Amino acid sequence: MTEIILELTGITKRFGPLVANDDISLHLKKGEILALLGENGAGKTTLMNILFGHYASDSGEVRVNGHTLPSGQPRAAIAAGVGMVHQHFTLAANLTVTDNIVIGSESLWRMDSHRKAATARIRALSQTFGLPVDPTARIGDLSVGERQRVEILKALYRDASILILDEPTAVLAAPEAEQLFRILRGMTAGGLSIIFISHKLHEVMAASDRVTVLRGGRVVAERRTPQTSPAELAELMVGRSVTRPKRAVHAIGAPVLIARGLSVAEGQGKTLTDVDFEVHQGEILGIVGVSGNGQATLGRVLSGLARPAAGSLTLEGRDISRLTPRQAISLGMGRVPEDRNAEGAVGDLSVWENAVLERLRDPAFSSRGFVRRSAARAHAAELIRRFDIRGAAPDTRTRLLSGGNMQKLILGRNLAARPRFLLANQPTRGLDEGAIAAVHADLLAARAAGAAILLISEDLDEAVGLSDRIQAIVKGRLSEPVTADEADARTLGLMMAGVWEVRDAV
Amino acid sequence: MNETFDILTNASLWAAVLRIATPLIFGVLGALLCERAGVLNLGIEGIMTMGAMAGWLAVYWGAGLWTGLLIAALVGLILGLLHALLTVVLGLSQHVSGLGITLFGSSLAYYLYRLWVQVGDLPPTIQPFQPLKIPGLSSLPFFGEAVFSQSAPTYLALALVGVTAWVLNRTPLGLALRMCGENPHAVEAQGLNPIAIRIGAVMVGSGLMALGGAFLTMAAFNSFFPTMVQGRGWICIALVIFASWRPGKALLGALLFALFDAFQLRLQTSVSGVPYQLFLMAPYVLSIVALILVARRARVPEALMQPYRRGER
Repeated sequence: MTEIILELTGITKRFGPLVANDDISLHLKKGEILALLGENGAGKTTLMNILFGHYASDSGEVRVNGHTLPSGQPRAAIAAGVGMVHQHFTLAANLTVTDNIVIGSESLWRMDSHRKAATARIRALSQTFGLPVDPTARIGDLSVGERQRVEILKALYRDASILILDEPTAVLAAPEAEQLFRILRGMTAGGLSIIFISHKLHEVMAASDRVTVLRGGRVVAERRTPQTSPAELAELMVGRSVTRPKRAVHAIGAPVLIARGLSVAEGQGKTLTDVDFEVHQGEILGIVGVSGNGQATLGRVLSGLARPAAGSLTLEGRDISRLTPRQAISLGMGRVPEDRNAEGAVGDLSVWENAVLERLRDPAFSSRGFVRRSAARAHAAELIRRFDIRGAAPDTRTRLLSGGNMQKLILGRNLAARPRFLLANQPTRGLDEGAIAAVHADLLAARAAGAAILLISEDLDEAVGLSDRIQAIVKGRLSEPVTADEADARTLGLMMAGVWEVRDAV
Repeated sequence: MNETFDILTNASLWAAVLRIATPLIFGVLGALLCERAGVLNLGIEGIMTMGAMAGWLAVYWGAGLWTGLLIAALVGLILGLLHALLTVVLGLSQHVSGLGITLFGSSLAYYLYRLWVQVGDLPPTIQPFQPLKIPGLSSLPFFGEAVFSQSAPTYLALALVGVTAWVLNRTPLGLALRMCGENPHAVEAQGLNPIAIRIGAVMVGSGLMALGGAFLTMAAFNSFFPTMVQGRGWICIALVIFASWRPGKALLGALLFALFDAFQLRLQTSVSGVPYQLFLMAPYVLSIVALILVARRARVPEALMQPYRRGER
């Protein structure tokens, strides 16, 4: 039996009415990689912030090597050998790697800092652990992967024996992620113990020794990784078996939105050239492609934020080539923007304010220039119920919602207005499985209700699962549509590589 | 052209430049410390005025000149603590708090002065700091008169430029302070207390500002006027940007502004037919031009004016 190096018992933490952690206990053995699995909002990050002392817990105890840590003191956690790599890096972009690593490691009252020794030690650490990075580089000049290495080095520099990584792969491309897990495995061989937080099943299966599953702020299960399966973990994490809903066959109606020869010039990587597509009633048209090929511009044109330079764009026969956002709303065009935090919702406003923000001209929500607050709140409460927006009350600040729940709010706000056309731009980016399934179900329900939906997505499974027809976008051009049944992986791959263009040219 | 050349090569001009620059050097170093830690301190005008009054009053009541400076600095620390409580601890608007302290400090200084000092036809005076000729060096040609015959606080200001640069760039404390201005979350994640560091930086910075004010009443002049700071604080705020938040460049900026000022004073007397107000304006206009040329490339501390609250998501 290997020794237990870290033990959490009975941790409870409330944020107002929300219980983020409810009597959580877990332990970590020396040299082990423990995955903390759970959906967004399950309380994983809160728990790790308590362990590291960023938050003080309401009750419960953290013990490292048998000694209880004082609550709410990062300094004590660091001294006990706990190092944390936050999901959102805590680095200063204007300062150097060495600056970022050594801060806090020396007495503040020294008259000189041992920079040379520090730089040498960072070089040595980065060699030992295979974390190449230049100690004299400015953080702002580094790639995301390099910044993460700096974060890990920060912990190692302080002699961490327990390393906590919060969603370490959220910002990494697949090969970088694999490399990271190889490095972590090497570290445990050197005696480190590691907890990593994730909601991605495949990396939990690939990289951990043991999994603790959190759901709704509680520990729901603990498994040894070799003795479990992705399917079992998915079910434990979501609380029921999740499968993404599939599109049902039904009759497609008349064309709602038609674009002919549409061209837009917004600058490098933001152009559309001679684009044709049409979206029918009760149909989902999927636009697939690698990000940065003109999807954003297409989204902006259909939201009234960019003007086409040439071509026609009509909604039910009406010319909307000079669309404004206000017109889009009054014409019943719903929009789920690509970046929900920047464009979709206003984080510092409450849920009810966001729910009615684009419908303030609707007499149901305002009269004589005054907002009808009770009607708006009731509407928000209805959205929360109908679209299963968790952790929210009408007066909750929207910032406090998890990504999935914020997306449900944005989608719900649009669908409640029964739009004739809906633009869904990357609607599930960054969401966990449960939330993805919910968003898909909502989109399919809107399709069944007769909405014409344009789905822009990088996720091929999503595009194939939801769309009736699919077009690929490459360098601002659109391929001919294929029906979803024709769209096997090879066809789509060729389309996304722009092969149809060659055929056109011949 | 000859006239200009004569003025510029005159050692008395450069002596005046250093004298005029001294309160600016104190002020700009103080503002720079606050801002590197992430706190804009617009209380500078009020703090300088209070420093000018407090230092002068202490000497007027019989204290020594150095004791007077110390008291001015203490008053600055206290006003800095007030600003820090409002902006760092409570996280209120740094603009509003700063402007409030400027109004409060300026008015309080005048109020206390009128309360405690009998003013006749002429304002009462003290015996101010006298030029301190550095033995040996002060007999150098040109530099002897220009640089080495200043009053003691000017030497102190020049020394503090080096000290500030050293502390900021070479010590763990300076690194922690800079990190507070870049990303206070990173400071906390490394086990330090960004709130305490910011409070300390604002207090020390305000103490330096107060010394700048005290120089006016205790070395440049010998009496107190309620309006004597005359926008020097605002110039310091602009100089910090001009200096890209670096002490060495801050010294340069202060000297440049002082040069414009000293130069226009001499032009006023040697050039006739031009309204003197135009000359008065010149340093400010030139400062704005210099700011436009330099400051667009400046690298602003990323967390400047962002309050830090613990445990917030």
